[in-house]
Amino acid sequence: MQFTFSEEQAMAAQALRELLDDVCSGADLRALADGAAGHGTARWERLAAMGLPGALAPEAAGGMALTATDFVLLAEEAGRAALPEPLVAHAGVAVPMLAELAAAAARGNVAQALEQAAAGATIVIVADPCEPFSAGLDCARRVLAGAGPEQVGLFARDELSVSLQASLDPLQPLARVGVPAHRASLLPDQPALARALWQRARLRATAFAAAELLGLAARMVEIAVNYAGERRQFGRPIGSNQAVKHQLATVQVQLEFARPVVYAAAAMLADACTAPPESPVPALTEARIAQARLAAGAAADLAARTAIQVHGAIGYSWELDLQFYAKRAWALGVRHGERGALARRVQQLLLGGIIEPGPDRLFLN
Amino acid sequence: MAIALHYTEAERALRAEARAWLAAHLPRTPLPSFDTRAGFDAHRAWERELHAGGWSMVTWPREYGGRGLNLIEWLIFEEEYHGADAPGRVNQNGLFLFGPTLMEYGTPEQKARFLPRLAAGDDIWAQAWSEPQAGSDLAALRATALPDGDEYVLNGHKIWSSRAVYADWCFGLFRTDAASERHRGLSYVVVPLDAPGVRVRPIAQLDGEPGFAEIFFDAVRVPAANRVGAEGQGWEIAMATAGFERGLMLRSPARFQRTAAKLVALYRRHAADCDPALGAAVAQCWMAADAYALATYRTAARLIAGGRIGVEASLNKVFWSELDLALHRTALSILGARAALLREAPEAAADGGWVEGFLFALAGPIYAGANEIQRNIIAERLLGLPRGPG
Repeated sequence: MQFTFSEEQAMAAQALRELLDDVCSGADLRALADGAAGHGTARWERLAAMGLPGALAPEAAGGMALTATDFVLLAEEAGRAALPEPLVAHAGVAVPMLAELAAAAARGNVAQALEQAAAGATIVIVADPCEPFSAGLDCARRVLAGAGPEQVGLFARDELSVSLQASLDPLQPLARVGVPAHRASLLPDQPALARALWQRARLRATAFAAAELLGLAARMVEIAVNYAGERRQFGRPIGSNQAVKHQLATVQVQLEFARPVVYAAAAMLADACTAPPESPVPALTEARIAQARLAAGAAADLAARTAIQVHGAIGYSWELDLQFYAKRAWALGVRHGERGALARRVQQLLLGGIIEPGPDRLFLN
Repeated sequence: MAIALHYTEAERALRAEARAWLAAHLPRTPLPSFDTRAGFDAHRAWERELHAGGWSMVTWPREYGGRGLNLIEWLIFEEEYHGADAPGRVNQNGLFLFGPTLMEYGTPEQKARFLPRLAAGDDIWAQAWSEPQAGSDLAALRATALPDGDEYVLNGHKIWSSRAVYADWCFGLFRTDAASERHRGLSYVVVPLDAPGVRVRPIAQLDGEPGFAEIFFDAVRVPAANRVGAEGQGWEIAMATAGFERGLMLRSPARFQRTAAKLVALYRRHAADCDPALGAAVAQCWMAADAYALATYRTAARLIAGGRIGVEASLNKVFWSELDLALHRTALSILGARAALLREAPEAAADGGWVEGFLFALAGPIYAGANEIQRNIIAERLLGLPRGPG
């Protein structure tokens, strides 16, 4: 039993944090939101130079063959910076799905697309047929989509009907994706495998969204703590008041008890992904991933509300960069399985007797 | 090393061994409350039995009556212990608070003198910290232990001392420098509760049992060898004890996971006749109990790798105490009108015990430093917010 990250994993996360501090500051986000800058090609190239787009791709496809356990800390950093480009959706979700698809459907164009994606030369995202909206379509050139959950196709963005929606998160607008009905599935005779690939994609998206939410929550606490230490009223910093302290402490408790769940969920996801895609995902793994999203989502939501409240009126203003982190948190909090649906799924597994609770049932074995 | 959430063969074997021993040795009927005379004695006998099996303090070296296990192995033992509904640990303050303190700050002589008897249940320990005017503001304490030759002379009044009514010893904080103030001039001194000049007055808890007590010290003489650490080092040592108390050992996650499992079973039995919305609360409790367990596994791994428990212990204290309340409040909601029945009520039947657990859980946000104080510590020392006006 070993529940600590390796030094390499921690160092990779640290390197990404330093890069994003440099190229993805609040001012960078604001420039993008105000339309003063386009999506950061230069930023994406820096991420690609670190090999991150192909982090989870097989070595044969030019990737780093890392696991979800390696990637979870990177996703947390992307969240922390409210990274506008879909690194997590691409590297964490689409690339592994492309790799699974390439292994299942021996089509040259899939293998080639995987190599291009792993190199970061094209951005690919997953448009889950069970989700109404997808993010990242403003950046992606290719899309994994299906007319239904038993079909999987790889499309150029231009082949799809993409209806961009005005969205809460100004940096990651949502879109509805329409799939042309005449295009056959890449897995025409394997509807069960198609379902399994979508389920895996959803589990990855959920687990890594949890990690992003963790990073966002921590960032918002930091912003609020800084402000509460500087802003003075009644002749002293507002952060010296217990009413302010206790709110932030409560967020920190939620955050720090979401963290191990997110990391455990990633490790269990990594284990599940070593099995062939069509093998069933253990119920405890599924529940743990849902729990991670719920816990990190609750922490990020509370962090956002608390940070805004601590800032007072300026917290409600467009001028404060806090909004980018808060809006990302809220937007992520309703993607990849709406909160209620995830909570109901956990209840179904637990109360229905599919998961037996108990002190010796924390891990699978 | 990277994360690997699988038990090794050796860890699995340990679990099997603990499970088999507990199955063979557990008392056939639940012991009476250790806050009663009979219950206290029965629990002491259980401590001796645990010790005979080598399970009383598994993380200690064998020379002190332990088993030399690491903290992950301790968690596995705790899972089996609570999973089997084994008795509460009447010596928990000694084993989980005083013991680790002595392990870190005690002299070899003190360790040899106290630890084996502690592990064997021969000495049951109470904590003597709070005073009537020094609760959350512990540094306001006034009890003195003034040096007199090779001895200290103790005077003062301690309160809210759990299990002191029947315990053999107490560990306490006393002012060894009469002119000192606040955190300075304090020393960590241990006192036999049958020493001349010690008077223990029981205080009934919310459940009516004398679970804690006042301790009056009237010119009590103890040898200087009863001081742990240096003179004046008391505050530092006490804060280390507080870290154990809040942070790791006193509330191992298995007990909450066991309670969560019982809550799930309770809900399944009553799903047809309670508010279906309670299912969400039950699932939330299970998730929180497992989150606490996962956090503890991470802390254990960090400590095995050479880390220390620091201020983050305050996060734990807030989390487990609120979790314990949520578990019991949810159970009471499921029980409806029967929530108000005590365990011995004829109609409590299999669903009894929750309201007693609820009363006990109410103490959680208060003892080991009230949660308001924990939130101050988190805000000031973990997050770096400015100190308050108070």
